[in-house]
Amino acid sequence: MTFSPELEAKFEKLVKNYPEGRERAALIPMLLFAQDEVGSLTREVVEEIARRLSLSLLEVEEVVSYYSMLTTKPRGKHHIQICTNISCLLLGADRLFEQAKQKLGIEAGGVTPDGQFSLEEVECIGACSWGPALQVNYDYHHHVTPEKLDKLIEDLRKVQ
Amino acid sequence: MLYNEPSELEVKVLTRRFGLENSQSLDTYLATEGYEGFRKAMEMSPEEIIEEVKASNLRGRGGAGFPTGMKWGFVPRDSDKPKYIVVNADEGEPGTCKDRVLMENDPHQLLEGMAIAALAVGARRGYIYIRGEYRYLIEIMDRAIEEQYRKGYLGKNILGSGLDFDVSTHTGAGSYECGEESALLESLEGKRGQPRIRPPFPAVSGAFQCPTVLNNVETFCNVPAIFRMGARAYAELGTPRNGGTRLFCLSGHINKPGVYELPMGFNLLRMIEEVGGGVRGGKKLKAVIPGGSSCPVLKAEECDVAMDFDSVAKAGSMLGSGGVVVMDETTDIVKVALRLMAFYAHESCGWCVPCREGTLWLKKLLARVDAGEGKPSDIDLIGELAENMLGHTFCPLGDAAAMPTISYVKKFREEFEERLRKASEAAESDLVVL
Amino acid sequence: MADLVTLTIDGKTVKAPAGTLVINAAKSAGIDIPAFCYYDGLALQAACRMCLVEVEGVPKLMASCTLPVREGMVVHTESPKVVASRKAMLEFLLTNHPLDCPVCDKGGECELQDAVFRYGAGEGRFTEIKHHVEEKQFSPVVFYDAPRCILCYRCVRICDEGLGVKALGVIQRGAVSEIAPNSGDHLECDECGACIDICPVGALTSGIYRYHTRPWEMKHVGTICTHCGDGCKTTLGVRENEIIRGNNRDRSGINGEFLCIKGRYAFDFVSHGDRLRKPLVKRNGKLVEATWKEALETVAGRFRELKERGARIGVVGSNRTTNEENYVLQRFAREALGTPHIDHHRTADILSFLAAVGGRTELLGRTEDVYTAKALLIAGVDLAQQHPLLAFQARANWRHHGAKAFVVAPGPVREEQYAARVVRAKLGEEPAAAESLGEELKKCEDLLVLFGGSVRGEALRRLVAFGDGLGIPVKYICLADYANSRGAADMGLLPGFLPGYQPAPERGMGLAEMLEGGRLEALWVVGANPLRRRKLNSNAFVVVQDLFLTETAQLADVVLPAASAYEKTGTVTNTCGEVQRLSRALTVMGPKPDLEIFALLAAEMGVDLGPLDAKSVWAEIRGNVPGYQVAEPVLMTGGAAPTSPPKVDGVTEEDAALVEPSGDTLFTSGSVSRYSKILNVIREAPGGLFQEKRTKLT
Repeated sequence: MTFSPELEAKFEKLVKNYPEGRERAALIPMLLFAQDEVGSLTREVVEEIARRLSLSLLEVEEVVSYYSMLTTKPRGKHHIQICTNISCLLLGADRLFEQAKQKLGIEAGGVTPDGQFSLEEVECIGACSWGPALQVNYDYHHHVTPEKLDKLIEDLRKVQ
Repeated sequence: MLYNEPSELEVKVLTRRFGLENSQSLDTYLATEGYEGFRKAMEMSPEEIIEEVKASNLRGRGGAGFPTGMKWGFVPRDSDKPKYIVVNADEGEPGTCKDRVLMENDPHQLLEGMAIAALAVGARRGYIYIRGEYRYLIEIMDRAIEEQYRKGYLGKNILGSGLDFDVSTHTGAGSYECGEESALLESLEGKRGQPRIRPPFPAVSGAFQCPTVLNNVETFCNVPAIFRMGARAYAELGTPRNGGTRLFCLSGHINKPGVYELPMGFNLLRMIEEVGGGVRGGKKLKAVIPGGSSCPVLKAEECDVAMDFDSVAKAGSMLGSGGVVVMDETTDIVKVALRLMAFYAHESCGWCVPCREGTLWLKKLLARVDAGEGKPSDIDLIGELAENMLGHTFCPLGDAAAMPTISYVKKFREEFEERLRKASEAAESDLVVL
Repeated sequence: MADLVTLTIDGKTVKAPAGTLVINAAKSAGIDIPAFCYYDGLALQAACRMCLVEVEGVPKLMASCTLPVREGMVVHTESPKVVASRKAMLEFLLTNHPLDCPVCDKGGECELQDAVFRYGAGEGRFTEIKHHVEEKQFSPVVFYDAPRCILCYRCVRICDEGLGVKALGVIQRGAVSEIAPNSGDHLECDECGACIDICPVGALTSGIYRYHTRPWEMKHVGTICTHCGDGCKTTLGVRENEIIRGNNRDRSGINGEFLCIKGRYAFDFVSHGDRLRKPLVKRNGKLVEATWKEALETVAGRFRELKERGARIGVVGSNRTTNEENYVLQRFAREALGTPHIDHHRTADILSFLAAVGGRTELLGRTEDVYTAKALLIAGVDLAQQHPLLAFQARANWRHHGAKAFVVAPGPVREEQYAARVVRAKLGEEPAAAESLGEELKKCEDLLVLFGGSVRGEALRRLVAFGDGLGIPVKYICLADYANSRGAADMGLLPGFLPGYQPAPERGMGLAEMLEGGRLEALWVVGANPLRRRKLNSNAFVVVQDLFLTETAQLADVVLPAASAYEKTGTVTNTCGEVQRLSRALTVMGPKPDLEIFALLAAEMGVDLGPLDAKSVWAEIRGNVPGYQVAEPVLMTGGAAPTSPPKVDGVTEEDAALVEPSGDTLFTSGSVSRYSKILNVIREAPGGLFQEKRTKLT
């Protein structure tokens, strides 16, 4: 399979970043960037990346299943990741997470039937001093309140 | 951008460009004494550079506080293998968000720090390992790197120093364990983020089994200042054996949470009161985690402590990564202990037995106690299991899970007992109903 | 020898070479430090934390499996602190481990169970819900039960480092990590079962063995595998006259604990339903069951009659029967039947090889040399498929000692994963290719040349001459197929040679001429199936001794059911010329060992060939056959004794032309493989020779 020209260019550059014979080093970035483009690490993507880096499927699967950001199942268009770790928890992140479940009608790790949203309870995302915090895909939202969370979800619904 | 207002008490060395217009641009950087440190360092011999870093009393900002100059000194410069500079930007310690602002607001400072390290050990290649969630920082760093190449600050013979130095970013993909240096190197090589057997340490056998300087973002960001100001002046910003300033991340039940740059040794209570504006809602202080979730908790009465590595260690905890988590009197310590153990269980790589099995057991046990289904013997069991992990695991993650847990049980035992008492009362009332 | 370091372990003064790990230094002093992940010969892991010990002056307990000895070090391996830590580790391990030893297949030989007993850690405080996942079947052989797995990674390492297959990995992380196979839900591998044997607990179990018995209910019989020419020791677990499993966990024998699928599982042909149980005699053109008496009388009668009128009798021996049987067979042929026409299926040009070596026994490579030689030249052989033990040893030599491997092969072979140089050459053209490596080979400290059956006659002489001219110590291993090919040649199952390669007074017909020349009046085939490849162009009276009704047996006038190697005693000689002793593991009712059949036939014919029991014949071989004056104590203690074949003269081009390598792969073993269920259910067989799919330079 081929990826978009932009991603292909990125891969080409990426592999050159590492010493000769150590191209395997590009594996994790390639997986994450491919996932961003395709939506998930389908069997086809995994096989393609394994082939490009001369790795066995198992060697790639070992890595894919290790890292929590990598997924073989499609996520929603808006992947809402709510941090409930210590700093955010102290400021009510657990309640925000419950609220999001209610509002979206899905459990942790779930995807809405229309494929618009998925929800994940995540570990510290490095926004402790501005918590409670969440990420929608890669975008940070700080100082989240119940009202702001509701509005955020409403606004994202409109994005379609 | 800045996510919180600065404090007047800050001593701005690393954060001096924060808030400047175009602080991410090389021009701004150069206009504000950027690369002065490098220019001084390039006139020095590698030995002199390392001596200077040693004299600065800079200690690793990732958590362990190992003297940076000494770490650089372990790199065998006569080795014919290539040498690498690796930046640990896998910031993941709960309570910590300083590396994020350092890269976001002043990317060139980090690159200058790396270049000086490269001079010191003769490295020609650097990698910035950035956690996957920090995607926008990868873009910022990539732009900064690209700009530096364009202007001759990276690439061949930079600034006429004779140093050829290439840098690229490398993304993680969600693993706290990769913050441990040897696991980070495994991950950099495209493998599962599991730690390596040490020795050999990265200085001898690091990235691609070659000698490697591996430091935290903030550690590298201190390096330009050391050379610009001189090691002595830099050291004097802090306390003996704890040179310079430190970025503290105030979070939790505090009025003005934020990342603040303060001199090493700044008093913790004063930090909470004067920098952070005191405990939120006028509540009483209950406890503070002084350096990220892996550090033993300090009770309110233990918080009159100077925030440097040695003083906090003396107080029975660790300065760690600078994540200061403030908890007020309403804080449910059982829940805190549970949430943190759930974190460690989720992040345990599974390599060694005590961490893999211990964190999961403790998580289940704490969840049961939290749910009001505990037995009196559970409290001691929590402490004992944590003790059984402590010092027995392959890498520091097990200790990081065990140490705070021991402190919660020891210092807040009455809260655990209270939870059990309520549980047994509930059970008794059930009996009556039956 | 490396410098010795002196340290103290549990109060004992211990000396160990610098660099020795504390766990091994302790072992050398008789102190056993428990460990699950540490495994001799495999990469270090330090994951199970069972081997933590107290080192004076060090605050934390140290993992003795990664800690090198230091001068003056004082180590305590069973101090209260250490014991408490071990109990804690076991308690952790048991949290997610099913506590159902009575129904676990590993019960009784489980390292975890043993450790729990040793440290009295039988009581756990874990009352939470265990993490459970269903058991998985990775292949017909390999089952994996994740909850029992303690993630010691031994299986992953033996498959990757030991075999070079990399069929197992670890997926997920933390407490839910599991072992996973390389092909989605199943394995594509050698199915050697090393992962199962090396598993310290009941996580990996064998589809062949599991739930059939308890280990203590079996008797364990160490004997020699009957399949390829490497001569691995396999310890057969036998219960009530049935072989339940094969392994070699006690690491006795030249193979240590190594076994391939054939040595570990392919003993099942023994109890195949098609096994001949009664003699068959042809009546009215059909083979019908007969008594031994009838069958022996028929054969003896015809043999006597044919001999008396000087008829042409051809005898074809076996490369699986014992030396004793081979020796007696040729005596029977030459003395009792008076025929010089005796041969066997030659799978390697042993004659040209021994002629080229010319009695210089120091040039004869032994199994152990494959692990110790500084350089290896592997020519015209797919070692991983045809000689799995030697392939394992060669790889171990590269891993442990950095041996340089040079490969000459017509297509990809697994040894290329680590070879220093690879040269492609058609079969038979190996010498020229090897010569192109001359300059590099000359730089090696010493060299071991392993070559397959394609190197024969002139090519073989040229290869040995090339080696001799390198100016460094060179040894050779002439690779033959089957358990006793070497013994068949050594014992004189050859038309031109008596035992020990003494020239025969009259040169008889070779195998091809016997069968195809159309002049035979009788053909006696013992443990061979020559009519699978060749046609018999005569109306000879055919007698066959075999386990099954092979193509050859189907054409016989009399078929005598024979016992397999696992049902008899005697000796066999492997491809490196090392003699080893068989032990009888079971008795199958009906068939008889070939030696016994010879004795009965001799008695029936009224000829005296002396006492025909294995012990007496072996004594005769030791007394009479040049090269077989081997060390008896070595054999008696289950060892492999090297033979020293004499100089061989009078080898002809016909001898070389008669060589036909079997072409067996890892999953075939001549005609016998058709009767092994396990060899036939493996669907992931790696294809033919020189087609290694997984070869990848790492």
